[in-house]
Amino acid sequence: MNRYMLFLIARRAGAGILTLLIVSAVVFFITSLLPGDAAQMILGQNATPETVAALRQQLGLDQPLLVRYFTWLTGMLQGDFGTSFASHLPVLQLVEQRIPATLELAGITTVICVPLALIIGIVAAMNRGSALDRFLVISTMATVAVPEFLVATVAVLIFAVKLHWVSAMSFGSPDMDVISYLKAYALPVLTLCCVLVAQMARMTRSAIINQLDSPYLEMALLKGVSPLRAVLRHALPNAVGPIANAISLSLSYLFGGVIIIESIFSYPGLASALVDAVSNRDLPVVQLCVMLFAACYLVLLLAADILTIAFNPKWRS
Amino acid sequence: MNTLLLPVRLFQSLSLSGRIGLLISLFWLLMALFGTQLAPHNVEDIGGGPMLGGMTSANVLGTDYLGRDILSRILYGAKFSIGLALTAALCASIIGTLLALLAAVAGRWLEELLGRVNDALLVLPGKVLSLMIVAVFGSSLPMLILTAIFTYWPGAFRIAFAMASSLRNMDYVRASRLRGESRWYVAIHDILPNMVHPMLTDFGLRFVYIVLLLSGLSFLGLGVQPPYADWGTLVRENLQGLFNGSPAVLMPAVAIASLTIGANLFIDSLQQMRPLTLAKEGA
Repeated sequence: MNRYMLFLIARRAGAGILTLLIVSAVVFFITSLLPGDAAQMILGQNATPETVAALRQQLGLDQPLLVRYFTWLTGMLQGDFGTSFASHLPVLQLVEQRIPATLELAGITTVICVPLALIIGIVAAMNRGSALDRFLVISTMATVAVPEFLVATVAVLIFAVKLHWVSAMSFGSPDMDVISYLKAYALPVLTLCCVLVAQMARMTRSAIINQLDSPYLEMALLKGVSPLRAVLRHALPNAVGPIANAISLSLSYLFGGVIIIESIFSYPGLASALVDAVSNRDLPVVQLCVMLFAACYLVLLLAADILTIAFNPKWRS
Repeated sequence: MNTLLLPVRLFQSLSLSGRIGLLISLFWLLMALFGTQLAPHNVEDIGGGPMLGGMTSANVLGTDYLGRDILSRILYGAKFSIGLALTAALCASIIGTLLALLAAVAGRWLEELLGRVNDALLVLPGKVLSLMIVAVFGSSLPMLILTAIFTYWPGAFRIAFAMASSLRNMDYVRASRLRGESRWYVAIHDILPNMVHPMLTDFGLRFVYIVLLLSGLSFLGLGVQPPYADWGTLVRENLQGLFNGSPAVLMPAVAIASLTIGANLFIDSLQQMRPLTLAKEGA
């Protein structure tokens, strides 16, 4: 890491923060389009106009939109995320314990998916046109097109209903032993992995194939390097950038997929909090959840950028 | 005559998987148009069969949690699943393309603004963004279409803008600018025709995404609301039958999967075809 690389990374981080700021503006302005408004929403249909007006003033809804945006934004920066419409508790308190749960699910999925996808992608790239390669192409197309809830319901049907290997829908007890922990997580993780592995493996494959087609690799093969060594030692370091990007893109899919998976398996995570808040039209919770999803995605993109920069020899000296 | 033969030539130029995909897509399109007439039972016929019944000769695909015929419900649902998605995908592609053209020929300032907003919207996963819009505006049918459009125009914009911004630097476009043509002339006559083919493929992909998005929303209970039902709603309603292996859960999900896989196969085969094959063979 030299100064120039740090500068590049800082610039990417700055761009990320700017994007997050625009996201916050989009989120705020869309949610402020609520027909009627929050005061009416909290008090319900039977409220008198006077009480609605009083609450409106208390919430600051009588102020112009831009002023409210900046109040909201500075509040968020100081860790004040507002009060839930539905339960009148601070939003942070409601969402707080959901975050680690979702990160845990995403973390386990990532730890399983990434190595698996890398291995499949590399093997497929080395055996281009083979049965494995074609299977990968077809299964990617199929899994991208199939709704997550089909994969999840089929998995429940096979593993929980027919085979009785795992019990569907069992979360909650904090002191689970290892076996029941594995059983509880097996189906959600399996379902998420299905799609992720196929996507990541396909992009890994194309990144490596790009390198395999280049003259320097032909040179390496001609001088007698074994195919495996050529891929691992010569092609892979050059493909790190595209692969890191592919992985961060696929992982961002994880955030969409996790919404369906969490509600099928009634997993107490951030995404199910978002779905519940949407059904209750609890906008402060929705705002915070959406911002958290956006922030996670930007962190992933930044991580991929840092890897790309770190592995580019052009900037090392 | 050549124009009449064009569909045949298109079909012949596709790969085997592309042909299968095209046939599946056409089949569902016909079902969306005429499915309600073909349905063997009345969809409102509550208690017409056993609850969550299996496949019998009377109810070919079984019955749902209220004893209604699943095949008929799927045929009725096709109208919603496909109609909504098709409308939304069409609007999203058109809006994305037009805004991209606007950004490409208008000044630097507008280009920057549209690009930034677009980047910000792309950061939000589609489901998250659409859930937020549903939270604000609810899920009536027109709002669902608007939600899907708003969620998926940024993707179309990005692809269209990438093409438009490389096309606007081509020599023939510069020549036409130098000739004194207006910005709109350049956008519509010089840039747009070269974007149509890739944008049509992109439209197909967008359709697939939107089918998945809307059925996902319905599955969460936030999409199409009763008394209407699209395929996602059908899966949700009958989820209790999952533990008995009832076809009422699986069949609507299989319908979605067959539509999206079929459309994907067709698009994939189109993408692999050289863009000019059609024109050359037709000439």
